[in-house]
Parts: sequence; structure tokens; C-alpha cells
Amino acid sequence: MAGFKTAALPREGLSGAFLSALATAVVVLVLTIPTVGLKTDESGGSLIVTRHFDTVAWLVGLAFVGRLVMSLFMARRAVKPGEQKKAGPSAMDRFAAAVARNGTKIGAVGLVIAVLLPFVTSNYLIDFGTNVLIYVMLGWGLNIVVGLAGLLDLGYVAFYAVGAYTVALLATNVGLGFWACLPLAGLFAAAFGVVLGFPVLRLRGDYLAIVTLGFGEIIRLVLLNWQNVTNGPNGIGGIPRPTLFGLPFAAHSATGPTFAEFFGLEFSPSQRFIFLYFVILALALLTNFFTIRMRRLPVGRAWEALREDEIACRAIGINATNIKLSAFAIGAMFAGFAGSFFATRLGFISPESFTFTESATILAIVVLGGMGSQLGVVLAAIMLVSLNEAGRWFSFLGDIALYRPLIYGGAMVVIMLVRPRGLLAHRQPSILLHGSDGPKESLVPNDGLAASTGELP
Amino acid sequence: MSQLDNYAPVGKPALLTVEHLTMRFGGLVAIDDLSFTAHERDITALIGPNGAGKTTVFNCLTGFYKPTVGRITMKREGQDYLLEQMEGFRITRLAGVARTFQNIRLFSGMTVFENLIVAQHNHLMNASMFSIAGLLGLPRYRSAEKEAIELAKFWLHKTGLYERADNPASSLPYGAQRRLEIARAMCTKPRLLCLDEPAAGLNPKESGELNDLLLSIRTDQGIGVLLIEHDMSVVMKISDHVVVLDYGRKISDGAPYDVRNDENVIKAYLGEDEDEDLPPEIAADVGMQP
Repeated sequence: MAGFKTAALPREGLSGAFLSALATAVVVLVLTIPTVGLKTDESGGSLIVTRHFDTVAWLVGLAFVGRLVMSLFMARRAVKPGEQKKAGPSAMDRFAAAVARNGTKIGAVGLVIAVLLPFVTSNYLIDFGTNVLIYVMLGWGLNIVVGLAGLLDLGYVAFYAVGAYTVALLATNVGLGFWACLPLAGLFAAAFGVVLGFPVLRLRGDYLAIVTLGFGEIIRLVLLNWQNVTNGPNGIGGIPRPTLFGLPFAAHSATGPTFAEFFGLEFSPSQRFIFLYFVILALALLTNFFTIRMRRLPVGRAWEALREDEIACRAIGINATNIKLSAFAIGAMFAGFAGSFFATRLGFISPESFTFTESATILAIVVLGGMGSQLGVVLAAIMLVSLNEAGRWFSFLGDIALYRPLIYGGAMVVIMLVRPRGLLAHRQPSILLHGSDGPKESLVPNDGLAASTGELP
Repeated sequence: MSQLDNYAPVGKPALLTVEHLTMRFGGLVAIDDLSFTAHERDITALIGPNGAGKTTVFNCLTGFYKPTVGRITMKREGQDYLLEQMEGFRITRLAGVARTFQNIRLFSGMTVFENLIVAQHNHLMNASMFSIAGLLGLPRYRSAEKEAIELAKFWLHKTGLYERADNPASSLPYGAQRRLEIARAMCTKPRLLCLDEPAAGLNPKESGELNDLLLSIRTDQGIGVLLIEHDMSVVMKISDHVVVLDYGRKISDGAPYDVRNDENVIKAYLGEDEDEDLPPEIAADVGMQP
């Protein structure tokens, strides 16, 4: 809980703790009166304001007690003067390191769970799992650009949109099936990645982020306004569903046997859900496998070197232009794959699905999970998609769905306070000389934050 | 007053020839018509007071700056490379010029070993055939990787970093980081190694070890070393050839002993003689004969 230690007690002892709890309560009161205490409801055609001050009182009381307990707890654990502060990594750091070392085992267990999941749960959970996997795949793709190559990309959703629209346009105009469209979508998105890459080659950090943000918006606005090709805000419908080697997942088919008929099964809509789930699982695994392999290859190491120091890269003869473009292109390619899956899964797409919020969510997944950490992305994707669904799960708590953005933001603030480098930020070396035994110091990738905030390494 | 410019070693052909190099930043002339030659298997030291333009020369040599005027020729395997026309990364890749930086630039989040493997990027990249051979794990790539590991191990031993190979580069002490940067530059298999103040911040023991390392690089590897250094104990002990800059101009060029006694150099470092003589009592205090 490194972040909370900075909020030191204003005074020693109980009275200090009491005062700080009171201050916290006042802050919560000020914050919650407009956000929680007042709500507009419709009544007889006009809006009236209803007051929920009882909820506010509960929250303020909760904040007061919580802060008091925390202060007292911290005071007890605080380092006494003259006593040596315990050195070394925190429990969470050691946990993250252990996760990173045993990444293969944990990944294998996760994979088994992911494969078995559709056979033991409901359609709703399979759909939920599919959602999670789309974000996992997007997170892994963006991880190449942001986590490995260190290029902050705020317009990643543009490539997702390019993939989706490639499938939609090719399927509805040319009549290609999903499997024929998939590689083309990846190729197209990669080409767009290079197109974005060229003008931003000389940019880094904040400047790069702004340009990529603009690029994402350009793509969305083009999709919205190029009426006669993209059908504008009305979107494109009737995108064909994927088939299993030509066997469609439908009750009847005019062209041949359906999946259920071919295998002599009773038709059920859940077969299609399960199939879609496995398609995205396979695509996500492809992304993961590719990233893991690339990290151990010269290109992958050059990506990481580029993140650490671009000038040093040039000095050892690395062509930074090609390396950057390859990171953009490969990251974009996986977004294109994910986009094509998105299009075929829903059968309908419109520019609304590709707003900046999506880019922000994907970036949040990468940053929360821990830059460059594959398992961290999975964890963060599950968390964020769950937060989206929380309103549905906790419907017995009343209109909690209304507070989703509040919870979302709050959760991010807490995670960034407790784990500023992400949940599982621990870099595993791509190659070891002495093998995996022997004590090692923690590797933390250079994300440029330390320099810009003046934090000492 | 004629300028000392008579360095011509026997049996050591020219490796790097700088001719009429001029670098202007707006109205500021950082390097003014500089010409010198660095020879094969020679340690050439580039010295001069602060702001003399030494690092600017390095930046021109390694493609970080494009010189305003001048030609820089690097010989490698009988071929001439005109460095002023090449992109920075090609200068290292084709012409075989590697450099280190005044303020150390390592890939600090990566391990010591990874730093040395990344330095062999171009060799490995060719072997991996746009990563395809690498992704498939073909023998061609594997043997190239094995070679790369052996070269990295060689330099780890040479720089005394073998035990710490799997530690993050940022966790090394300062002197070891300097050595790692040299090892990384050597892993690019250069013909000319350019070192920007390698002894800065080192203690006398580390500085002595550095001398041994540089002498061994010159003698055993047979490559040229170009050195910017303020530490005169390093310069005078190991260099074969010294070039002195002041305000972007070459003021002396020769063997260390000759340069040390060149009055131009003494003036640049200690200042000009006043016209009138010092009062006798002060002259006696500073040990000068009237």
C-alpha cells in the first residue's frame, strides 16, 4: 500500500487519526452530494430532482470509519524513529515476480479452464467469456505497441474498425465468407498501421499519443460520413456468420447440411455461441503465442530496446524506422483480426462501436495489467469487462448500473495508487545466461514515467 | 608559429579520415575546418577544454548530426564509406563504427546479457529472415543465435560482468555500466570504437582496468579506438596519437609526448602568458624563473 503512506497523519495519535478521518468524510460529502445525493427522475413528462441523502450519509459514514481504521492500522505498522525500514520488494512485487516466473504453468491452467468453460456454463457466461476474450486479444495486440515497443497509442480502435469494416464490406459486396475475409482484414489493418506509423516516426510519448488519438477519430469520422460505402451511421448488417469448414450454425440451410444435421445433433443456438467462443479463443491464443515468440526474436528484443532508449538503438545499428513500423503493423494486424471477429459475431456493425472509449478501455487493460505482462492483460480484461457487467449481476442492489463510471474510475484510481506500474508489472528476461536459478533483482520496464514525474529510479 | 601536425605511424594504414569538417548551429561554429586521421590498431585521443567540440565531432561521425561541410571517410575491407552521407544506423551496420555516450545510454530495464544480444541485432535479423526462420526455429537461426550468445559471453568475461549477466543493466554500479556500454559496442563487431569520456566518474582502480581493457581491444581485436577523454592519466598512458581541439579548431596533432609539450596546447589549457612578467615575489612563489 505504498501510495497511502504518502498521506501521512497530520498529528500523532488518536486525535490526528480522527482529524484525518473527518477530512476524508468532508471530501466524500462534497463529492457525493451532486453525484449520489441528487438524481433526476421523470414524472408526468417533466424532470424532477429526487434526493437520496440517506445514501450520502451512509457513504460519508463509511468513509469516516474506513479512514479512521486505516489510519490506526497504518500508525501501528509505521516505522518507529531509529528503526530500520524493511528493505526489499513488497509482497505484491514478489507475487508479481512469482506469477511472471511461473507464467507458463499459470497460463496452462488458465487455458484448461478457458477450454472447459463453455461446456459447463450457460449461454450468458459463454457470451461474457467471448467478450472478455475479445478484450484480451485487443489487449495483447496493443501490448506489442505500448508494452513492448513503448509507443503510446490512443487510437488503437481504428485498426479494430478497419478489420471489422473490411469483413463487412467484403462479405456484403463481394460475397466472401468469414474465413476468407479474416486474413485480408489482418492485412488491411496492418497496412493502416504502417500508414499511421510513417507520419509519427519522429514522435514519442505525449505527442505520439495525441496524433494516434486523432488518427482514431479520423477513421471513425470517415466511417460515419462516407455514406455510399459504409452506409454512415446506419451501419452494415447481414454480415455472414462463420462456418465450420462450410457447415453453418443454423436451424436450416439452403446450400447444404448444417452443423447439427451433419453431426446428427439436435440444433441449439448455444452451439453457435460455443463455436464463436472457440474461434476467438484460438485467435487470442495465436496473438499470445506470436507475442511470446517475437519477444525472443531479434525484432522483439529490438522493440524492447526501442522502448528503453531510441538513441542507443541507432548507435548499435538498429533501424528504428523499420522496428517502429513493424510494431505498429503487427499490433494493428491483431486488432484487425479481432475486428473481423467482432463483425461476424454480431452480424452488424456501425461506427458507434469504435469510439475513443474503446481505445481507452483497451489501453486501460494494458496499463492496469502491467505493461508487457501477458497474464496481467487477461486479469485486467476480466476485471474491466466484469465492471461493465456488474450492474446486471448486482441488480438486487438497486440502480447500481448508474454508478458504473464512478466505480470504474474509483477502481482505476485505487489500482494506480497501490500498483502504479500495473497489477502484474514484472518483466521476465527474454534470455537468461545462468538459467532460471539464482537470485535476481526485479526488472521493471522503463515506461518513461519515472523521468517525467521526477521519481527516482 | 607552425602547428604540430606530423603524426604518421609506420605500418598502420588510415582507418578514418576526417577532412575539412565544419559544423555550424545557426551562427555558432562548433567545429571549424577540422581534419585528422585515425589509424588502424591505434588509440587516437581527441582532447580539448570543455566546449571545444569533441562530442560534436563524435555526433558527426556517427550520423547524429549532418556536418555542414566536410568529408568523413571510413575504410572497411578495402571499401570507402562516406559517413557524412549515411544514416546513423547504417554507419554502425556497414561502416563498422560503434560508439558509447558521455552519459551512459544502456537498455536499463533489460538484463546485461540482453543488452549484448540486442547489440547483435543486424546479424541475428539476417539469420532470422524477417523473423520467419526465427518463428519456425530453423537451424539457420539457431546456430546464429548460438554464435551471438558465445560473442556476448566473450565480452562478459572480458569486462568482468559474467556473474551479473542476468541482472538488470540499471542495477550495475557506475563503473560496470561504463564497461557494459563498451561491451555492447564491441558486440556490433566494429572496426572503429568511439568512446565518449569512458573514464568519467571512475575511481583510479576502475580507470586502470579500463586502460587494460582498451589496450586489449586495440591489440587483441586489432581495431581502432577513438577516444574523448579529460582524464590525462588515461590519455597519456594509452593513446598512440592525440588530437587537440580548442573552440572547434585543431590546435595540435601528434604523439602524446609531442602534444604535451606543444605550446599551443599549454596555452589552451592554462591560458595565455600576460605581456608583462609577473612580479618577482609571485614568480618565486609559483616556482617560475624570472
